[in-house]
Amino acid sequence: MADSNQKPTKNVFVTVGTTSFDDLIKTVCSENLIEVFRELGYSKILLQIGRGEYEPPVMKSDDFCVEYYRLKPSISEDVSSADLIISHAGAGSVLEAMGAKKPLIVVINDSLMGNHQVELAYQLYKDGHLYYGTCCELKNLLRTVDLRKLKPLEPGRPEKFGAFLDQVMGIS
Amino acid sequence: MASSDSMSEYKIRELEQGITESKHTYTITKVPRSREVRQAWFTTVFTTLYAALYSFPVVFKSRPDLILCNGPGTCIPLCVAGFILRVLGVKRVQIVYVESMCRVETLSLSAKILYYFADHLLVQWPSLQHKYPRTRYIGRIV
Repeated sequence: MADSNQKPTKNVFVTVGTTSFDDLIKTVCSENLIEVFRELGYSKILLQIGRGEYEPPVMKSDDFCVEYYRLKPSISEDVSSADLIISHAGAGSVLEAMGAKKPLIVVINDSLMGNHQVELAYQLYKDGHLYYGTCCELKNLLRTVDLRKLKPLEPGRPEKFGAFLDQVMGIS
Repeated sequence: MASSDSMSEYKIRELEQGITESKHTYTITKVPRSREVRQAWFTTVFTTLYAALYSFPVVFKSRPDLILCNGPGTCIPLCVAGFILRVLGVKRVQIVYVESMCRVETLSLSAKILYYFADHLLVQWPSLQHKYPRTRYIGRIV
Protein backbone atom coordinates (compact mmCIF):
# COMPACT_ATOMS: atom_id res chain seq x y z
CA MET A 1 0.00 0.00 0.00
CA ALA A 2 1.54 3.35 -0.99
CA ASP A 3 2.17 5.72 1.90
CA SER A 4 0.53 8.86 0.50
CA ASN A 5 0.85 10.67 3.81
CA GLN A 6 4.65 10.53 3.80
CA LYS A 7 6.22 13.94 4.42
CA PRO A 8 8.68 15.01 1.72
CA THR A 9 12.21 14.55 3.06
CA LYS A 10 14.31 17.65 3.61
CA ASN A 11 17.88 16.96 2.61
CA VAL A 12 21.20 18.47 3.48
CA PHE A 13 24.09 18.05 1.09
CA VAL A 14 27.59 18.64 2.45
CA THR A 15 30.42 19.01 -0.07
CA VAL A 16 34.17 19.61 0.24
CA GLY A 17 35.09 19.24 -3.45
CA THR A 18 38.41 17.51 -4.04
CA THR A 19 39.85 18.78 -0.75
CA SER A 20 40.11 17.19 2.65
CA PHE A 21 38.04 18.90 5.35
CA ASP A 22 37.73 16.45 8.23
CA ASP A 23 36.73 19.18 10.71
CA LEU A 24 33.58 19.97 8.75
CA ILE A 25 32.61 16.32 8.29
CA LYS A 26 33.17 15.59 11.98
CA THR A 27 31.20 18.69 13.00
CA VAL A 28 28.21 17.89 10.78
CA CYS A 29 28.08 14.28 12.00
CA SER A 30 28.43 15.15 15.67
CA GLU A 31 25.49 14.42 17.96
CA ASN A 32 25.00 18.12 18.58
CA LEU A 33 24.55 18.96 14.93
CA ILE A 34 22.44 15.92 14.10
CA GLU A 35 20.10 17.11 16.83
CA VAL A 36 19.93 20.56 15.25
CA PHE A 37 19.24 19.14 11.80
CA ARG A 38 16.43 17.05 13.25
CA GLU A 39 14.96 20.10 15.01
CA LEU A 40 14.99 21.99 11.73
CA GLY A 41 13.09 19.21 9.99
CA TYR A 42 15.89 17.66 7.96
CA SER A 43 15.82 13.90 7.62
CA LYS A 44 18.81 13.13 5.43
CA ILE A 45 22.42 14.24 5.33
CA LEU A 46 24.51 13.30 2.33
CA LEU A 47 28.21 14.07 2.65
CA GLN A 48 30.73 14.30 -0.18
CA ILE A 49 34.01 13.91 1.70
CA GLY A 50 36.63 14.24 -1.06
CA ARG A 51 40.12 13.29 0.12
CA GLY A 52 39.26 13.48 3.81
CA GLU A 53 40.61 10.85 6.16
CA TYR A 54 37.61 10.79 8.47
CA GLU A 55 34.80 8.53 7.29
CA PRO A 56 31.52 9.36 9.05
CA PRO A 57 29.42 6.58 10.58
CA VAL A 58 26.59 5.67 8.22
CA MET A 59 23.24 5.94 9.93
CA LYS A 60 19.87 4.72 8.80
CA SER A 61 16.79 4.97 10.99
CA ASP A 62 13.10 5.51 10.26
CA ASP A 63 13.29 9.25 10.41
CA PHE A 64 16.93 10.12 9.76
CA CYS A 65 19.81 8.93 7.64
CA VAL A 66 23.43 9.85 7.07
CA GLU A 67 25.32 8.71 3.95
CA TYR A 68 28.59 9.67 2.34
CA TYR A 69 30.77 9.22 -0.70
CA ARG A 70 34.15 10.55 -1.76
CA LEU A 71 33.97 11.85 -5.28
CA LYS A 72 31.67 11.77 -8.29
CA PRO A 73 32.25 13.12 -11.81
CA SER A 74 29.38 15.52 -11.13
CA ILE A 75 27.59 16.52 -7.93
CA SER A 76 24.81 18.37 -9.74
CA GLU A 77 22.21 15.71 -9.01
CA ASP A 78 22.95 15.80 -5.30
CA VAL A 79 22.99 19.59 -5.35
CA SER A 80 19.60 19.81 -7.06
CA SER A 81 17.93 17.36 -4.68
CA ALA A 82 19.21 19.18 -1.60
CA ASP A 83 17.21 21.72 0.40
CA LEU A 84 20.32 23.09 2.06
CA ILE A 85 23.93 22.94 0.99
CA ILE A 86 26.84 23.19 3.38
CA SER A 87 30.07 23.58 1.53
CA HIS A 88 33.74 24.43 1.82
CA ALA A 89 34.66 27.76 0.27
CA GLY A 90 35.97 26.34 -3.00
CA ALA A 91 34.76 28.25 -6.02
CA GLY A 92 33.50 25.15 -7.84
CA SER A 93 31.26 24.05 -4.99
CA VAL A 94 30.02 27.56 -4.25
CA LEU A 95 29.18 28.23 -7.90
CA GLU A 96 27.45 24.89 -8.26
CA ALA A 97 25.17 25.73 -5.33
CA MET A 98 24.64 29.29 -6.62
CA GLY A 99 23.85 28.00 -10.09
CA ALA A 100 21.21 25.63 -8.70
CA LYS A 101 19.80 28.54 -6.65
CA LYS A 102 20.08 26.59 -3.41
CA PRO A 103 20.47 28.02 0.10
CA LEU A 104 24.14 27.77 0.95
CA ILE A 105 26.18 27.92 4.11
CA VAL A 106 29.91 28.11 3.46
CA VAL A 107 32.24 26.79 6.14
CA ILE A 108 35.75 28.16 6.17
CA ASN A 109 38.64 25.74 6.66
CA ASP A 110 40.82 27.45 9.27
CA SER A 111 43.71 25.11 8.72
CA LEU A 112 44.40 26.09 5.08
CA MET A 113 47.45 28.30 4.44
CA GLY A 114 46.59 31.86 3.54
CA ASN A 115 42.90 31.02 3.52
CA HIS A 116 42.05 33.41 0.72
CA GLN A 117 38.88 31.43 0.19
CA VAL A 118 37.34 33.61 2.89
CA GLU A 119 37.35 36.48 0.39
CA LEU A 120 34.82 34.88 -1.95
CA ALA A 121 32.49 33.64 0.77
CA TYR A 122 32.67 37.00 2.52
CA GLN A 123 31.93 38.95 -0.68
CA LEU A 124 28.98 36.74 -1.58
CA TYR A 125 27.78 36.97 2.03
CA LYS A 126 28.01 40.79 1.87
CA ASP A 127 25.98 40.65 -1.33
CA GLY A 128 23.36 38.49 0.43
CA HIS A 129 23.84 35.25 -1.53
CA LEU A 130 24.97 32.89 1.26
CA TYR A 131 25.80 32.59 4.93
CA TYR A 132 29.24 31.67 6.15
CA GLY A 133 31.23 30.81 9.24
CA THR A 134 33.68 28.39 10.81
CA CYS A 135 32.98 24.84 12.00
CA CYS A 136 32.51 26.15 15.55
CA GLU A 137 29.91 28.66 14.38
CA LEU A 138 27.92 26.20 12.26
CA LYS A 139 25.52 25.06 14.96
CA ASN A 140 24.57 28.62 15.84
CA LEU A 141 24.29 29.63 12.19
CA LEU A 142 21.90 26.79 11.43
CA ARG A 143 19.70 27.76 14.34
CA THR A 144 19.59 31.49 13.73
CA VAL A 145 19.72 32.30 10.01
CA ASP A 146 16.76 32.67 7.70
CA LEU A 147 17.56 30.85 4.48
CA ARG A 148 14.66 32.48 2.68
CA LYS A 149 16.43 35.83 2.85
CA LEU A 150 19.19 34.69 0.50
CA LYS A 151 19.28 36.19 -3.00
CA PRO A 152 20.14 34.15 -6.11
CA LEU A 153 23.46 34.97 -7.78
CA GLU A 154 23.44 36.17 -11.40
CA PRO A 155 25.34 33.69 -13.59
CA GLY A 156 28.70 34.66 -15.07
CA ARG A 157 29.06 35.52 -18.74
CA PRO A 158 31.65 33.27 -20.39
CA GLU A 159 30.71 34.63 -23.81
CA LYS A 160 32.28 37.93 -22.76
CA PHE A 161 35.53 36.07 -22.28
CA GLY A 162 35.19 34.43 -25.68
CA ALA A 163 34.69 37.82 -27.30
CA PHE A 164 37.66 39.21 -25.40
CA LEU A 165 39.94 36.39 -26.55
CA ASP A 166 38.80 36.83 -30.15
CA GLN A 167 39.80 40.46 -29.87
CA VAL A 168 43.18 39.63 -28.32
CA MET A 169 43.96 37.11 -31.05
CA GLY A 170 42.80 39.49 -33.76
CA ILE A 171 39.98 37.23 -34.87
CA SER A 172 36.98 39.53 -34.39
CA MET B 1 47.40 20.20 -16.96
CA ALA B 2 48.89 18.97 -13.70
CA SER B 3 49.67 15.26 -13.70
CA SER B 4 47.60 14.81 -10.52
CA ASP B 5 44.50 16.36 -12.13
CA SER B 6 42.04 13.72 -13.36
CA MET B 7 38.89 15.81 -13.14
CA SER B 8 40.00 18.37 -15.72
CA GLU B 9 40.90 15.65 -18.22
CA TYR B 10 37.45 14.14 -17.82
CA LYS B 11 35.75 17.51 -18.32
CA ILE B 12 37.83 18.32 -21.39
CA ARG B 13 37.07 15.03 -23.06
CA GLU B 14 33.39 15.48 -22.27
CA LEU B 15 33.42 18.99 -23.77
CA GLU B 16 35.38 17.98 -26.87
CA GLN B 17 33.08 15.07 -27.58
CA GLY B 18 30.18 17.51 -27.64
CA ILE B 19 31.85 19.58 -30.38
CA THR B 20 30.82 18.10 -33.67
CA GLU B 21 33.03 20.05 -36.10
CA SER B 22 35.65 17.59 -37.20
CA LYS B 23 38.35 20.25 -37.66
CA HIS B 24 38.95 20.36 -33.91
CA THR B 25 41.94 18.39 -32.74
CA TYR B 26 43.40 18.53 -29.29
CA THR B 27 46.12 16.93 -27.26
CA ILE B 28 46.34 16.68 -23.52
CA THR B 29 49.83 16.96 -22.03
CA LYS B 30 50.45 16.48 -18.36
CA VAL B 31 53.20 18.19 -16.42
CA PRO B 32 54.16 17.84 -12.76
CA ARG B 33 52.52 20.31 -10.36
CA SER B 34 54.78 23.12 -9.23
CA ARG B 35 53.35 22.99 -5.72
CA GLU B 36 50.87 20.80 -3.89
CA VAL B 37 48.34 22.39 -1.55
CA ARG B 38 50.02 23.18 1.80
CA GLN B 39 53.47 22.25 0.48
CA ALA B 40 56.32 24.08 2.23
CA TRP B 41 57.69 27.02 0.26
CA PHE B 42 61.29 25.82 0.55
CA THR B 43 60.59 22.52 -1.23
CA THR B 44 58.38 24.37 -3.72
CA VAL B 45 61.53 25.85 -5.27
CA PHE B 46 62.70 22.36 -6.17
CA THR B 47 59.34 21.03 -7.34
CA THR B 48 58.90 24.11 -9.53
CA LEU B 49 62.31 23.57 -11.12
CA TYR B 50 61.38 19.93 -11.67
CA ALA B 51 58.09 21.00 -13.27
CA ALA B 52 60.03 23.42 -15.48
CA LEU B 53 62.10 20.52 -16.85
CA TYR B 54 58.88 19.10 -18.24
CA SER B 55 57.09 22.34 -19.05
CA PHE B 56 59.80 24.09 -21.06
CA PRO B 57 60.07 21.39 -23.78
CA VAL B 58 56.25 21.30 -24.12
CA VAL B 59 56.13 25.02 -24.91
CA PHE B 60 59.33 25.17 -26.97
CA LYS B 61 58.10 22.31 -29.14
CA SER B 62 54.53 23.52 -29.69
CA ARG B 63 55.36 27.27 -29.94
CA PRO B 64 51.81 28.37 -29.11
CA ASP B 65 50.25 31.62 -30.28
CA LEU B 66 48.43 31.85 -26.99
CA ILE B 67 49.02 30.54 -23.50
CA LEU B 68 45.73 30.66 -21.62
CA CYS B 69 45.95 29.80 -17.97
CA ASN B 70 44.49 30.21 -14.50
CA GLY B 71 45.12 29.47 -10.86
CA PRO B 72 47.88 27.46 -9.33
CA GLY B 73 51.61 27.69 -9.90
CA THR B 74 51.60 24.81 -12.38
CA CYS B 75 51.14 27.43 -15.10
CA ILE B 76 54.19 29.49 -14.11
CA PRO B 77 56.94 27.38 -15.77
CA LEU B 78 54.79 27.20 -18.92
CA CYS B 79 54.35 30.99 -18.98
CA VAL B 80 58.05 31.55 -18.32
CA ALA B 81 58.85 29.30 -21.27
CA GLY B 82 56.43 31.29 -23.44
CA PHE B 83 57.98 34.54 -22.27
CA ILE B 84 61.44 33.24 -23.15
CA LEU B 85 60.26 32.41 -26.67
CA ARG B 86 58.99 35.98 -26.99
CA VAL B 87 62.12 37.59 -25.61
CA LEU B 88 64.30 35.53 -27.95
CA GLY B 89 62.16 36.66 -30.87
CA VAL B 90 61.21 33.08 -31.74
CA LYS B 91 57.43 33.53 -31.44
CA ARG B 92 55.06 36.28 -30.33
CA VAL B 93 53.43 34.23 -27.60
CA GLN B 94 50.48 35.94 -25.93
CA ILE B 95 49.94 35.12 -22.28
CA VAL B 96 46.43 35.50 -20.88
CA TYR B 97 45.85 34.66 -17.24
CA VAL B 98 42.39 34.45 -15.72
CA GLU B 99 42.35 34.94 -11.97
CA SER B 100 40.05 32.71 -9.95
CA MET B 101 36.66 34.06 -8.99
CA CYS B 102 37.76 33.29 -5.42
CA ARG B 103 40.14 36.21 -5.55
CA VAL B 104 38.16 39.27 -4.49
CA GLU B 105 40.58 41.42 -2.49
CA THR B 106 44.02 39.93 -3.14
CA LEU B 107 45.78 38.49 -6.15
CA SER B 108 47.05 34.92 -6.03
CA LEU B 109 50.81 34.37 -5.97
CA SER B 110 50.65 33.13 -9.58
CA ALA B 111 48.94 36.35 -10.65
CA LYS B 112 51.46 38.46 -8.73
CA ILE B 113 54.33 36.66 -10.47
CA LEU B 114 52.69 37.10 -13.88
CA TYR B 115 51.55 40.68 -13.19
CA TYR B 116 54.28 42.27 -15.24
CA PHE B 117 54.79 39.73 -17.95
CA ALA B 118 51.33 38.43 -18.87
CA ASP B 119 49.76 40.35 -21.75
CA HIS B 120 46.36 40.29 -20.10
CA LEU B 121 45.54 39.45 -16.53
CA LEU B 122 41.78 39.14 -16.05
CA VAL B 123 40.19 39.50 -12.64
CA GLN B 124 36.58 38.77 -11.81
CA TRP B 125 35.83 41.41 -9.21
CA PRO B 126 36.05 45.17 -9.75
CA SER B 127 37.69 45.68 -6.34
CA LEU B 128 40.77 43.82 -7.60
CA GLN B 129 40.98 45.88 -10.76
CA HIS B 130 41.00 49.07 -8.70
CA LYS B 131 43.78 47.74 -6.52
CA TYR B 132 45.92 46.38 -9.36
CA PRO B 133 45.65 48.77 -12.32
CA ARG B 134 47.41 46.47 -14.82
CA THR B 135 44.59 43.93 -14.49
CA ARG B 136 41.40 43.93 -16.52
CA TYR B 137 37.84 43.42 -15.40
CA ILE B 138 35.30 42.45 -18.06
CA GLY B 139 32.64 41.22 -15.68
CA ARG B 140 32.35 37.82 -14.04
CA ILE B 141 33.24 35.05 -16.41
CA VAL B 142 32.12 31.99 -14.47
